[in-house]
Amino acid sequence: MIEQVSDPLPQAGYAKVVLELDVNNHPGVMSHICNLFARRAFNVEGILCMPVSDGKRSRIWLLVFEDQRLEQMVRQLEKLEDVLNVRRHGAEHEVFERLEGFFH
Amino acid sequence: MMQMTGAQLMVRLLERQGVRTVAGIPGGAILPFYDALSGSEHIHHVLARHEQGAGFIAQGMARVSGVPQVCIASSGPGATNLVTAIADACLDSIPMVVITGQVPQAMIGTDAFQEVDIYGITVPITKHNFLVRSAQELLEVIPDAFRIAMSGRPGPVLIDVPKDVQNQLVAVAEFPAPAVADPAPQLDLAAVELAAKMINEAEQPVLYLGGGVVASGAAPLAVQLAEQAGLPTTMTLMALGAMPMDHPLSIGMLGMHGARYTNFVLEEADVLVCVGARFDDRAIGRAAQFCPNAKIVHIDIDRSELHKIKNAHVAIHANVKCALEALLPRVQATLRKRWLSHVDSLKTRFPMQFPGQDDPRTHYGLIQAVAAALDDRAIVATDVGQHQMWVAQAYPFRRPRQWLTSGGLGTMGFGLPSALGAALAEPGRTVVCFTGDGSFKMNIQELATLAEEGLNVKIVLMNNNALGLVYQQQTLFYGQRLFASKYRTEPDFVKIAEGFGVPAVDLDLADNPRAALAEALHRPGPCLIHATIDREQFVYPMVPPGAANTEMIGG
Repeated sequence: MIEQVSDPLPQAGYAKVVLELDVNNHPGVMSHICNLFARRAFNVEGILCMPVSDGKRSRIWLLVFEDQRLEQMVRQLEKLEDVLNVRRHGAEHEVFERLEGFFH
Repeated sequence: MMQMTGAQLMVRLLERQGVRTVAGIPGGAILPFYDALSGSEHIHHVLARHEQGAGFIAQGMARVSGVPQVCIASSGPGATNLVTAIADACLDSIPMVVITGQVPQAMIGTDAFQEVDIYGITVPITKHNFLVRSAQELLEVIPDAFRIAMSGRPGPVLIDVPKDVQNQLVAVAEFPAPAVADPAPQLDLAAVELAAKMINEAEQPVLYLGGGVVASGAAPLAVQLAEQAGLPTTMTLMALGAMPMDHPLSIGMLGMHGARYTNFVLEEADVLVCVGARFDDRAIGRAAQFCPNAKIVHIDIDRSELHKIKNAHVAIHANVKCALEALLPRVQATLRKRWLSHVDSLKTRFPMQFPGQDDPRTHYGLIQAVAAALDDRAIVATDVGQHQMWVAQAYPFRRPRQWLTSGGLGTMGFGLPSALGAALAEPGRTVVCFTGDGSFKMNIQELATLAEEGLNVKIVLMNNNALGLVYQQQTLFYGQRLFASKYRTEPDFVKIAEGFGVPAVDLDLADNPRAALAEALHRPGPCLIHATIDREQFVYPMVPPGAANTEMIGG
C-alpha cells in the first residue's frame, strides 16, 4: 500500500513577524482573518484591534512566527474583501512590546 | 422616493442584475422574500427537492453561462444543506450568489428554531459573505455580492438576510447600477517579456491549461499560443474542451488518470507554461517530482496561487486573457519539429487505451456511442467516480463550457442537478449527464424537478452497483479487503425514474443498444438511460495517491 504522504510541514522558526492590517470595521472581519490562520494550525501569538478615524475602519496588529507559509498566507489575507492592505514589520516593532505591561 | 420592503428590494435588485432563473426551496425565514418573488414578472423560480440540488442547479447555470447565478434557501437546515454546493463552487471557482433566510435579528444567537450561524459556517468556503443588518444595506450588499462573485477569480458569495430585514420598509431614492466585474490587475509587461523569452528559447516546452482559461474566455487565445509556438498542450480536468481533444497539439488530460504519454511528456519538459491552473495534487502527483527539469511560467488571476505549490521562475498576476493577448505578439512562430516528433513517438509508444470502445456494453464503448450520437453542441455533465474519469479520458470535448464536472471538491450528487441547471441556461442544447449508481442516489430526488421542468436532460447511468472508485482503491491498495464498497441490494432505477415521471430506457434489455441509445438521446425531453457495466473494470492508468505522475499503474 502506498500511503498518501505529504511532505513534512516546515517547522516554524523562532523569528517573529508583526503584521499590520487595515480592515473594514464590522462584525465578522476578525473571524475571516483568524479562520485563515486557524485552518493551517498557524498560531497567532498576539492580536490587537482598534477602530481608527471615523470608526469605519479598524487596524489589526498580528504577532506571528516567521514560517515558510507566511508569504502565501499574507497573499490570502490580501484577497479578503474586508482587508484593505497588509504591511509586514520585523519583531522589533514596539506595538506588542509596549503592551507587555498588561500581561504581567 | 419609492417605499418597499427589504424583500421587494432584493427582488428588484436581482431583476436589475439580469437574473432570470433562480433555484431554491422556501421555508419560514425566507418567506417574505418568496412572497416578493411571486410578484416578479422576470424571474423564473425552479423549485428544487433538496437545497443541495438548488445549489448545483445554480452552479450548472453558472458553469455554462459564466455569469453569477442565484440559489435560495431558508435558515437552519435549508442553509446547511447548501454548504456542499457552496464549497464545490469555491473550489472550482464558479460564480454564484447564495441567498439564505435567517431568524429575526432579535433572536440571533438564542438557538431559535431553525437558527444556524450560516455566516460563520461559510467563512472558509465562500469568497466573501454578508449578514445583512438593515434593508438599507441591501442596496450595497446585493450589487457587491455579484461584483465579488464575478471579479478576479470567480467564486460563491453568501448573503444571509434575517426575516425582519426582509420585512423592513425602506425608502429608495435610486437603485444602484447593476454590478460589473472589477478591472483586471495591471499587467507586468516585463514579466510577459521574460515569459516570451523563456518560451522562445525553450527546447521542450509544454503548455498546461487550467480552468482559468475557460473562466476568462481565453480558450481560443490559448490554442493560438500553442499553434504559434508549437507547444504540446495538456489540460486539467477543469480545462477539458479549452483545446479540442483531437487537436494535433493536444496531449490530453494530465495527472492521476491521464494517459501515460502525457505524464511522460511533462517529465521531459524544460519549460512549463501554466495558464490558469493551480498545480492540484490530482493533476501533478508528488509535487517535488513534477516536471523536474522545467522552468515554470505561471499565469493566474489569483496572486495567492503563484508560488503556492511550485515556485515559478516567472509569475504573472493577471487575467489569463489579458496576459495571453500580451504574450502572443512576443512569441516567435516555431515549428519545433524535433520536440513535437518526440512527443508523437511517446504518444505512439504509450497511448491512451480504450479497451472495448467498439462495444456499447462496455464503459468506454458506451461513452463513445453517446459521443457518436451527438455533436459538439451537446453539454456533458458528470457525477463523481469511475464514470467521471472514463468520460474525461474518452469523450471528444471540443469547446469550452461543454463539460461540467465537480473537480476540486469531487462531489457525488453533482451531476443531475448541474445538468438541470445547464439545460435551464441553454434550453436549445441536449444535456447529457453521465452518472454512476452511487452518485445518482445522492441527489436522485431532483428527478422530480427534472420531470416538472421537462428539460432536455439525458441521464446515462453506468451501473455497477458499487462505489466503484472505492472498490478500485481497496482492490489495488488495501489488499483486496473490500468493505462498504459493494451494495447488497440493487434498486430498480428504471422504475424509480418512471415513478418520478421521467421516461427510462434499459440498454441491458435492448437488442441493439446503440440504436436504442441514439433513439433515447434524440427524443426531446428528459430520459434515463440505464446500462449495467462490469464492476471489475478499473480506471487506468492510475497514479497511486501520493506517488509521482510517472509511477502509473495499468493502461
